[in-house]
Amino acid sequence: MTSPAAATLRLDGIRKAFGATQALRGVSLELAPGEVHALIGENGAGKSTLMKVLSGAHAADAGTMTLGGAPYTPLNPHDARLKGVAMIYQELNLALHLSAEENILLGAESARGGWVDRRASRERARAALAQLGHESLDLDRPAGAFSIAAQQVIEIARALLTKPKVLIMDEPTSSLTQADTELLFAAIGRLRAQGVSVIYISHFLEECRRIADRFTVLKDGETVGSGDMKTAGLDRIVTLMTGREVKDLYPRIPHTPGAVVLDVKACASAPRLKRATLQVRAGEIFGLAGLIGAGRTDLLRTVFGLDAADAGEVCVVGAPAGAATPRDRWDHGVGFLSENRKEEGLMLSQSIADNLTLTKHGAFGRFGWIDGGRQRATAQRWVDTLRVKCRNAAQPIGQLSGGNQQKVALARLLEHPARIFLLDEPTRGIDVGSKAQIYQLIGELAGAGKAVVVISSYLPELLGLCDTIGVMCRGELAAVRPRAEWSEAEIMRTATGSAGTT
Amino acid sequence: MNDSLKSLLAKAGPFLGLLVVIALFSIPAETREFFLTYHNFKTIFTQTVIVAIGALGMTKIIVSGGIDLSVGSSIAFTSVVGALLIQQGWSTAPVVLAMILSGGLIGLLNGAAIAGLRMTPFIITLGTLGVARGSAKWLADNQTVNYESSPINAWMTTADPFGYALPAGVWVALVLAVLTAVMLRNTVFGRHIFALGSNEATARLCGIPTTRLKICIYALAGCFFGLAGLFQLSRLRQGDPTVAVGLELDIIAAVIIGGASLNGGVGTILGSMIGALIMAVLRNGSQQMGWPTYFQEIIIGLVIIVAVFVDRLRQGKEKV
Repeated sequence: MTSPAAATLRLDGIRKAFGATQALRGVSLELAPGEVHALIGENGAGKSTLMKVLSGAHAADAGTMTLGGAPYTPLNPHDARLKGVAMIYQELNLALHLSAEENILLGAESARGGWVDRRASRERARAALAQLGHESLDLDRPAGAFSIAAQQVIEIARALLTKPKVLIMDEPTSSLTQADTELLFAAIGRLRAQGVSVIYISHFLEECRRIADRFTVLKDGETVGSGDMKTAGLDRIVTLMTGREVKDLYPRIPHTPGAVVLDVKACASAPRLKRATLQVRAGEIFGLAGLIGAGRTDLLRTVFGLDAADAGEVCVVGAPAGAATPRDRWDHGVGFLSENRKEEGLMLSQSIADNLTLTKHGAFGRFGWIDGGRQRATAQRWVDTLRVKCRNAAQPIGQLSGGNQQKVALARLLEHPARIFLLDEPTRGIDVGSKAQIYQLIGELAGAGKAVVVISSYLPELLGLCDTIGVMCRGELAAVRPRAEWSEAEIMRTATGSAGTT
Repeated sequence: MNDSLKSLLAKAGPFLGLLVVIALFSIPAETREFFLTYHNFKTIFTQTVIVAIGALGMTKIIVSGGIDLSVGSSIAFTSVVGALLIQQGWSTAPVVLAMILSGGLIGLLNGAAIAGLRMTPFIITLGTLGVARGSAKWLADNQTVNYESSPINAWMTTADPFGYALPAGVWVALVLAVLTAVMLRNTVFGRHIFALGSNEATARLCGIPTTRLKICIYALAGCFFGLAGLFQLSRLRQGDPTVAVGLELDIIAAVIIGGASLNGGVGTILGSMIGALIMAVLRNGSQQMGWPTYFQEIIIGLVIIVAVFVDRLRQGKEKV
């Protein structure tokens, strides 16, 4: 597609080992000017290592890199930026108390003799934002007061200050809603038109297909395929990534919804949740869609007793009515999986066993004692069942990959055991292999007569998995219908409040 | 194999530090004769008791992600309470109980304020540092509280230079250390303390009653501080409202040298006890070298920084 001379960036036979582990064993990649190139691969395929080599955080052991025709060997990330390769990390790096402008100019302030040149600063920040089509952003507001999507715009604007030839984006949409994703794509489109090349890393293949011109698939540290995004089928890409057929992704395990087990009546919780009424049945997978901030997480938190209900009623069938604490809900057989593994879901410094059994420590002994051996044996059983990659159940969970952490977080609900599963973004930021396994697990739970509520911002997942889908809009549960009556477009219309009222 | 070696090294770290400090004072001619004698170690153990018992309480608090700055004041307060009750003619057992409970009361108030008002432990206990110290002076009428005699006076004595028996305070500290270590490791209460310190949001999500747990932790730790006050009284043989100023920093330092993290979720009783011993050995050795006290302070300050730095190196890149 591109002649070698015209390529902005060329990688050839890049190899990198850490001790005995060969993380990259021959990666080749070619990037044309103004091309959006999707870098695809499961977790552990070597994407992050490759990005670290590109952005100067690691030096390659072997192979050549050229940037604009000249040899490219960055000494460190700063050097890489100066040479024209900028990186946007998955976790945003903003000083939340500083203003948007200060964040954009951080480390590159316009100054004369140590004094900040305010006018020049403002012009440069504005110019960077204009490149993204966001010139109206309030530069004086503290970064922390912006939405995640706007914070990301600030971060990208900062990267644009050094006039990069190549911009690397690592999972940029993992915490964005569909609408914000559209805004991000529009911004990427503008960059492309200006000749900036983008390397776009994402687990969301549909997204890659929409935004990227070409793709490269990594598996086990090697380039296993690349090509034109528009003509390649998604099936082929998934097969390249995993060696698995795409139709295996969403399991169809037969299950039939039975009696109502969770009955939520006109529930409200300040500030976001205005009104939600829904019923979930045993053996049913219930999907909750909606934009971020629409109140989906608030709804589950209120059901679980983490937030107080201001109005309405949450009724867990078989449990006493009235307000309940999370402790009560666990006792009622309700389990909650947080969308935020690192900050809420898991104790990263503690062992797999302690994390997995935290809701029922008392069950592993008598009179307040814990039988550590039994506790570890129980955890080990789940580690084996769910194929969690770890040394043993005593390993601190912070050392595991995201997908394996999520399996342990889910195992906590399985071990408790819960009969109503409230799962908030269960597959966010994890690799395709773990995703498939979690879909399988959710299917099996429904098959075994458990009720499952799933929040997801990824619509193909909801449509592939759920029996019933409810869509939230501005704090209200706007519509609940069987899956067959929904399409992606219809969900988006309802979520954005633009569906006709019928 | 490599990992288990690493974890063994991590556990042995503070212990190696202790051996190094002991070795340092065993070499110079000024101290060689006396330093490594049984009697000197009896003295060091006795000098460690108050900080060690304080560190038992503080380890629980720091592992839970908190901090308590009011310990020195609590010790002064309980020692005044004890001295006043002895003056009033109370017998020993009720005095001991009352002292432990008065320490527990300050802890209870700390815990209730921290959990109830949702304020940071640093601010609350900085406040009670003043409140407890002032109350102690008020109760004592701004002077030392003297009493005729009490069996308590004998619990920290090392008077008999040839006796082999360790004073009662050392035994109490040892037994409590074992009990606390087992409690932290093997009970639901102990594991919940780790859970709270590692990630409070997770603890809440998993149905742990975090408010009640916090109050319990500070109240129980307060009882330990009351007990430390008892041995303070035993050592001074009078109630002194101005005693133990700044002792909380020694206690916190012992816990941190022992490998606990101020971010919570990490810490061991064995480590804290060795941390307390390292500080006592440093003081004892410096005195025998004839170094002035300001020099001791400088050394202990540097040891804290070095200990935590070495600890971080040992843990590698796990901590960011």
